[in-house]
Amino acid sequence: MMAKAAKIQDRRQSRPAPSKKFNLRRNVLELRSLRNVFLTAGACLVAALGAVPLISVLYMLVVKGGARLNLELFTELPPAGFEQGGGIGNAIQGTLATVAIASAISIPIAILAAIYLAEFRPEGPTSALARFLSKVLTGFPSILAGVFVYAAVVLLMGGYSALAGGVALAVLMLPTVTLTAEGAMRMVPQRMKDAAIGMGCTKTQVVWHVTLPTALPSIVTGVILAVARVAGESAPLLFTALFSNYWLRSVREPTASLSILIYNFSSMPFENQIELAWAASLVLVLIVLTFNILSRFIGRPQV
Amino acid sequence: MSTAVLERPQAHSASEAAINCRVSKIFYGKFLAVRDSDVLIEKGKITGFIGPSGCGKSTVLRSLNRMNDLIKGFRLEGEVDFLGQDIYAKGVDPVVVRRHIGMVFQQPNPFSMSIYDNVAFGLKLNRYKGDIEEKVEHALRRAALWDEVKDKLKASGLSLSGGQQQRLCIARAVATQPAVLLMDEPCSALDPIATRRVEELMLELKDDYTIALVTHNMQQARRVADVTAFFSVDISRGGRTGYLVEMGQTDQIFEDPHEQLTKEYIRGDFS
Ligand SMILES: Nc1ncnc2c1ncn2[C@@H]1O[C@H](COP(=O)(O)OP(=O)(O)O)[C@@H](O)[C@H]1O
Ligand SMILES: [Mg+2]
Repeated sequence: MMAKAAKIQDRRQSRPAPSKKFNLRRNVLELRSLRNVFLTAGACLVAALGAVPLISVLYMLVVKGGARLNLELFTELPPAGFEQGGGIGNAIQGTLATVAIASAISIPIAILAAIYLAEFRPEGPTSALARFLSKVLTGFPSILAGVFVYAAVVLLMGGYSALAGGVALAVLMLPTVTLTAEGAMRMVPQRMKDAAIGMGCTKTQVVWHVTLPTALPSIVTGVILAVARVAGESAPLLFTALFSNYWLRSVREPTASLSILIYNFSSMPFENQIELAWAASLVLVLIVLTFNILSRFIGRPQV
Repeated sequence: MSTAVLERPQAHSASEAAINCRVSKIFYGKFLAVRDSDVLIEKGKITGFIGPSGCGKSTVLRSLNRMNDLIKGFRLEGEVDFLGQDIYAKGVDPVVVRRHIGMVFQQPNPFSMSIYDNVAFGLKLNRYKGDIEEKVEHALRRAALWDEVKDKLKASGLSLSGGQQQRLCIARAVATQPAVLLMDEPCSALDPIATRRVEELMLELKDDYTIALVTHNMQQARRVADVTAFFSVDISRGGRTGYLVEMGQTDQIFEDPHEQLTKEYIRGDFS
């Protein structure tokens, strides 16, 4: 050991003088180096600029809405005209209810559609068409979903309702959940499916016992992100769920929602309502943020 | 495990057939992949399939439990007789066939679930009424994996090393006690030590199972197979069609092959 260390030491000392021909030192003034510094600085600056709106919005919400963030906010009904105090309890309830209805409608349909697209008929004209329409529908203006449901549900049921609101949001969720679920199921390695087939699974059993459970974390992520997206929608609710100043008792009644409450109250000439609009915005952002964080935890690769 | 286990198995006299495969043609679409291959898989023995790559070893093996049905354009002419029934006969359910003839693949392919659930999978699928826990332990012991995983049965099957994963797949396959086990190059993705373990395992399983083993490694066939089938590719008629050149006791194939082609392949003249 000792001898070896000594030898290495020896070799180091006897290193020849650096060659003049190959200069390995960094020259900061070289064009290549300058360009590198310049581009790095530029990228950092642009990234920071991108974060400015997000951070300033969050800052504004906390400053302006934070003051009203107390129990009353969650348990009280919205105040009328010159009334003081009050809360946004029914709007929170309404948002959660419409989103729940939307999920209950869209998730089963989307997953069944995704199973068809990914497992049963990946090629073929029906799938190609369904996939194309889903992609078109992901970019569908949300207000049109509201108009569609107004014609298809509101007029049929004879009035605005939480149910109609849920259907409108479901229309928006359907394509995203379908496409992410299809993608997640396609990511399940073929060899896992082969293993199941080799054990004597029917096609349905492969889907049920292997493909779906394996894809589940990614599917859940997709669902949560879709939920987070529609939770903040206001346009489709305008034509369907309308608004209400009272607690929601039945899905056949109109309902308040955070987004519509924000829209209504922010344009009112009363300080109290404007404060509540800020608080509602903060609550909405917190809900969406929670969903996003949740999706990150669930979507982790499960090895 | 003693090294004695790895000694070349004794040549037995012909015994009962588990699978009698009489393929006259296998097509993938228009492509004739395999022709004229009569392979007899004897009960309680390991039958090795060797031959250059692309000669149809996997194709024939996968025909033995109708795994090829999933491939578009697959068509088989001939019959595959499993304990007296042609598995390609009308009215036969391929799903049921596969429950009796299990398969271990080239790439270890455990499910993305716990070790325990991997092994219990087939039992639950077959609605096994007995003590599943006991069966799982038995299968894991059988696959020589129990000692390594008994403290982490809840861990994901994917967290194991490649060699352990392959033994897990073997445990999963033997848990339901299929009559025949098909193995398609089960060691090709494993390192030499893991390969050795899997080979030992195959020799142990032989007492209770009939095994058909595809291997690209001649030495492996020599070490574990009782009977060896040598396939080759016929390029004389335009296409690349695989066929069975000869089949016999492993000793005979390696030491005294009847066919010139077998002699050349064993000598290493082509691969
Ligand atoms: N799914 C498939 N579709 C079309 N041709 C195939 C398919 N699988 C194998 N083949 C062809 O069949 C022949 C035999 O292949 P294979 O059975 O995999 O050979 P081996 O296992 O001996 O290497 C090859 O020419 C291969 O290209
Ligand atoms: Mg092969």
